[in-house]
Amino acid sequence: MEQPIAWEESLARDLISDKAELEGPLLPILHALQERFGYVDPRAVGLIASALNVSRAEVFGTLSFYKDFKKQKPLGRTIKLCLAEACQARGANALAARFEQASGCRIDGGFSGGVEIETVYCLGNCALGPNALYDGEIFGALTDEALAALHARAARDGVAR
Amino acid sequence: MTALTVYIPIDAAALSLGAERVVAAFRREAEARGVTLDIRRNGSHGMFWLEPLVEVETLQGRIGFGPVRPEDVASLFDSGALASGDHPLKRGHVADMIWMRRQQRLSFARVGVLDPLSLEDYVANGGLKGLQNALAMSPADVVEQVRASGLRGRGGAGFPTGVKWKTVHDAQADRKYVICNADEGDSGTFADRMIFEGDPFMLIEGMAIGAYAVGAEKGFIYLRSEYPHAAQTMARALELAERAGWIGANAFGPGKHFHLEQRIGAGAYICGEETALIESLEGKRALVRAKPPIPALHGLFGRPTLVNNVLSFAAVPFILAEGGQAYADFGSGKSRGTLPVQLGGNVLRGGLIELAFGISLREIVEGFGGGTASGRPIRAVQIGGPLGAYITEKQLDLEMDYEVLAANGAMLGHGGIVVFDDTVDMAKMAKFAMRFGAEESCGKCTPCRIGATRGEEVVEKIIKGERVEQNIALLRDLCDVMAAGSLCAHGGLVPSPVLSALNRFPEDFVPAARKTAAE
Repeated sequence: MEQPIAWEESLARDLISDKAELEGPLLPILHALQERFGYVDPRAVGLIASALNVSRAEVFGTLSFYKDFKKQKPLGRTIKLCLAEACQARGANALAARFEQASGCRIDGGFSGGVEIETVYCLGNCALGPNALYDGEIFGALTDEALAALHARAARDGVAR
Repeated sequence: MTALTVYIPIDAAALSLGAERVVAAFRREAEARGVTLDIRRNGSHGMFWLEPLVEVETLQGRIGFGPVRPEDVASLFDSGALASGDHPLKRGHVADMIWMRRQQRLSFARVGVLDPLSLEDYVANGGLKGLQNALAMSPADVVEQVRASGLRGRGGAGFPTGVKWKTVHDAQADRKYVICNADEGDSGTFADRMIFEGDPFMLIEGMAIGAYAVGAEKGFIYLRSEYPHAAQTMARALELAERAGWIGANAFGPGKHFHLEQRIGAGAYICGEETALIESLEGKRALVRAKPPIPALHGLFGRPTLVNNVLSFAAVPFILAEGGQAYADFGSGKSRGTLPVQLGGNVLRGGLIELAFGISLREIVEGFGGGTASGRPIRAVQIGGPLGAYITEKQLDLEMDYEVLAANGAMLGHGGIVVFDDTVDMAKMAKFAMRFGAEESCGKCTPCRIGATRGEEVVEKIIKGERVEQNIALLRDLCDVMAAGSLCAHGGLVPSPVLSALNRFPEDFVPAARKTAAE
């Protein structure tokens, strides 16, 4: 995974103008900014609004609606752990509870030690749960050990950046 | 010495169990033995309990081994199993396995068999025939074939696809759009993902046929962000298809363009609702629109728009290749054709099962699935995603059919089936359904936005044993309001898992204290 870089207005402008000609360009622009910087800086809102000739409120409205878009610089790496029905049927809740107990980290509780675990509803691997997504990779049939190892790996990556 | 040809799936299910490490192990072991190795990457056959399912090209055809872990690879070489020897993981010809033989794979015929990104493989296995036939007909005749097939929208609503196509075809406008709804957010579903990762050209072909039929020059694929592998494969497939001239400028003849673009969602389940999806494509908050006007007349940027699910578009190449009647020959009653069923949750043999309508749920869950993975008795089965009803073990004799399920207070949805064993607490599942409903509500209408939040609180009170009778009455009342008063199917269907849990598993809603007292 490419490391995010620090906010840079000229680069943000370039990313915005790259996509501005698309039909319905706002989501592609927000994705491009988040991919490059790791989040969508509030300073981007005004830039996008003037590039697309829409109000700041419209840009902010869209930015704040979608869970995927982060409005603050992340303090590390994110693991997405599936807690939808099919994974629940395969013991995901119990796995999550044991993990919280053993690690002292809270799921959906923000960053701790350079890593956060976020709930996600469905990764499309419903016969092989519990599942997690990290760094574009999917991990199935998670055991306590596998989740702990994934968490340790993410923590190392999170501290390294 | 000739090369050893090995197929190792690149489907996310196989990857989730370490398929890449199996690839590395094959490379390592082959090199150590001086064997020339040709590794091909295919989609998944949909037998997830056997993943990673490795196939080896032999004189007898492709022989399957699974589930293969990296540490098994050395023994596969040493036992001579890769030539013709025996091995505990040997499964024989994949196509001959009972699980595969009992299916009727139309849309999934190529998934798992071929390299998803090979144009040659695709054409050699019957691909593109549908589009070629379509382009030789008038658009109205293409619409007629789809109508004759009896295909109904596979996204959940089951609306006749041909009627929708005709509406967009007949609409007059300066431009029209086609959209593929690939926001497959339902827990227990993965058929769309498997098509993206296993046979992406089929979806492109289906959308191209749709665009030609309704007269659209521009198409969008809206894929959820939780599927990074699917996104990569489709992005590459779109490039290849454009280079081959299947889509792009002059794709349907001089001056007849079809530009197709993939867009990625941003974590909003509601975008599976077509009007929310359209808003999202326009760059807005994904707030559901009131219908009418219907998207077929007033859709993306106010233009007539054909919005179909992945599985609906995926059925179209077959229909145009073999004729609408050939598709309608499968199925039962008003449910024609085949349905890709997705079996997941606590099940021994989960995966993708494409079958004509009319098979019983029991045959799927027990026959194909082999019961629970935990070995405990089945207690509940949820059909049709997080907004689908829970049914009891006794109701498994129901048939998979839109009307039969609807008559029994259930719905087919996108064809996902999630199995639970007897450790499930149905009051907790009811509470979860409300919480999910609240979390994913777009917030536009009050019954859904506030109802789901209040619903979670009321179920919580019931679980705690607070004024149980009164709170159950309140919950039913609330569910009535949500079902009747919500703007879209999201709020309208949240009551379905809640009430089915309450009505079919009432014992779980008795407070713990009283349960103990009664014993």
